[in-house]
Amino acid sequence: MAAMLRWLGQAIIYAGMALWLGYFANRPVYTHLPPDQALIKLSVVHGAKRKGECRRRTKEELEAMNPNMRTPLDCPRERLPIRLQILLGGAVLYDASVTAAGLAHGGTTRVYQRFAIDAGRYELVARMVDSARTEGYDFERAGIIELSPGENFVIDFRAEAGGFLFDGRSVTYIP
Amino acid sequence: MSYVKRVLRMMFAWLEAGLDRIFTPACNPLYHLGALGFLYYWVVAATGIYLFIFFDTGITEAYGSIESITYEQWYIGGVMRSLHRYASDGMIAMMMVHMLREFALDRYRGARWFTWFTGLPILWMVYAAGISGYWMVWDMLAQYIAIATTEWLDWLPIVGGTIARNFLNPERLDDRFFTLMVFMHIFVPLFLLFVLWIHLQRVAKPTINPPRLLAGGTLLMLLVLSVVKPAESQPPANLDLVPSQVGLDWFYLPAYPLMDMLGNGAVWALVAFGTLLFAVLPWLPPLRRARQKTAVVDLANCNGCTRCAADCPYAAIEMGRRTDGRPFDRQAVVSPDLCVACGICVGACPTAMPFRRASELIPGIDLPDMPIRDLRERIHEAAAELTGDARIMVFGCDHGYDAAKLAVPEVAVLRLPCIGMLPPAFVDYVLSRDLAEGIVLAGCSEGECHNRYGVRWTSDRLARARDPMLRQRVPRERIETVWAPPVEGWTLRRRIAAFAGRLRKLAETDTGDRPGKAAE
Repeated sequence: MAAMLRWLGQAIIYAGMALWLGYFANRPVYTHLPPDQALIKLSVVHGAKRKGECRRRTKEELEAMNPNMRTPLDCPRERLPIRLQILLGGAVLYDASVTAAGLAHGGTTRVYQRFAIDAGRYELVARMVDSARTEGYDFERAGIIELSPGENFVIDFRAEAGGFLFDGRSVTYIP
Repeated sequence: MSYVKRVLRMMFAWLEAGLDRIFTPACNPLYHLGALGFLYYWVVAATGIYLFIFFDTGITEAYGSIESITYEQWYIGGVMRSLHRYASDGMIAMMMVHMLREFALDRYRGARWFTWFTGLPILWMVYAAGISGYWMVWDMLAQYIAIATTEWLDWLPIVGGTIARNFLNPERLDDRFFTLMVFMHIFVPLFLLFVLWIHLQRVAKPTINPPRLLAGGTLLMLLVLSVVKPAESQPPANLDLVPSQVGLDWFYLPAYPLMDMLGNGAVWALVAFGTLLFAVLPWLPPLRRARQKTAVVDLANCNGCTRCAADCPYAAIEMGRRTDGRPFDRQAVVSPDLCVACGICVGACPTAMPFRRASELIPGIDLPDMPIRDLRERIHEAAAELTGDARIMVFGCDHGYDAAKLAVPEVAVLRLPCIGMLPPAFVDYVLSRDLAEGIVLAGCSEGECHNRYGVRWTSDRLARARDPMLRQRVPRERIETVWAPPVEGWTLRRRIAAFAGRLRKLAETDTGDRPGKAAE
């Protein structure tokens, strides 16, 4: 009888362990994004203009340098900060001035942001200043977008492709 | 901290007592958590090798190949996959409970710091291996984990903030990503095995295999679970969509919702703080009471017999070359960093002989804070106080039930750091000198001695299966052993009462010439 009870007890313990493992292996379900929302991702990796102008080295300066170091131009390492502005439906979604990476701020500027937005139709405007200008923008793009629930909408930036790219299911660029 | 530890200790003590009854002390799963972790590891490794044969690395191929394993060969591939998942979860469960229990039982400080400390990389590596495994399926859960993990890594300025860009849209992702994941998922568990080996370096005679019955039950449980609730993929990954709802594996992925709730920086802070706390815990207050002095060797009495080195549960004694010129090959050498002053070595020493009269009672190895000579004196003092017709001398240990609560005129209680410290000759001594009618040896639960081998070595010595053996002449019916968890005071009380009854019956038939007594 005692042995029977012991076997029964073991079966209960093993069943409890199985329930524990089986349930928490994929339950409860986690809601990462409400079902009526979409996600806008802003991702920019871009090198802004140098803070100062390049200067041509004199002949004397070049001769004083090691032969393998004799580059004719002396360019300052530090880059300007990038000013980035995103407007969605006329409201500011993101507006920041971001410094370049690196101790001397000589690297690229990197921005990665996520915004959970209610699904729907919006006017989207993306602007960037990567130079020393004080008025206007170096890059600007606008479009009408239709965000569907659960959509992953990307605002990408590729200078070689002309600037901002809107990657989503329904995008109509405004010229 | 002490309060938390006390509560945890009581909780474990009650659980252990309950499971002792259900599984027997030899198969109590709480006494084999580390070994069960190993068992789960081997299941994960074996099933992983099978799954890898059929797994295709590629953005589109990965998901398809796993679906094929799961459904086209559900009877073996599907079961293998489920075993792989559930055993991985089981490994986390065992690891966490093991860690919590070692903390509760204060087995992470002093000489045990190394084993605790090396548990930290194991923790990290098991998580890294598990999380990289989830990536490889490349379903919506994998997509969620991949993006959240890379965003979390990108938060560190040193990383550069560009890894998550690989998952912006399908065009950016290439097959090399899966090659990297496969490499990680195979390399990390292999390296883990090496770290596990390091983890056990300061554990003498480690148990890495659970008892067969427990292993069988665990494997059967995993198999039934795998058949009843097979592991399945979530919908295939699609970078155009956000994985809005995901069925998380809460054993491996509880940090991910925190990233959403608190932000990546806060999760980094939590992880860094948790890691640091884990790492420095052995040296944090509350500090132990003044540390017991470690065992010392007395070369004049050490004949290099090696028994202390063989019995030390912490590998704190080595046999070194003789330094005193006496005609023995070796001598015991104690490593103070590893010694916890449990006294098991004293119990193993053949020179810890209370009958000695010609010379002072100094054994080859002894505890300076509790010399064996003092124990003999305490025995005589306790015996002088004993009255009645069934005088019992109880030798208890510091980690079992506090037997001192049971002291009455007929029962004297002497405490030792570990029951393994009692040389069998002392049992003979008490009975042959008529210092008591019976002896009770009370220690931790049979399956789980606080000092690992105290109970086992004592049982073996009494059974004449291990040196130093109890002399043949000692009447076995006058010795009672009670191995019970510290919460089971009632067991000890009941067994002592029953033992007293048996001793009285013996007295009725006793001629006064007990074998040992007669020999003296």
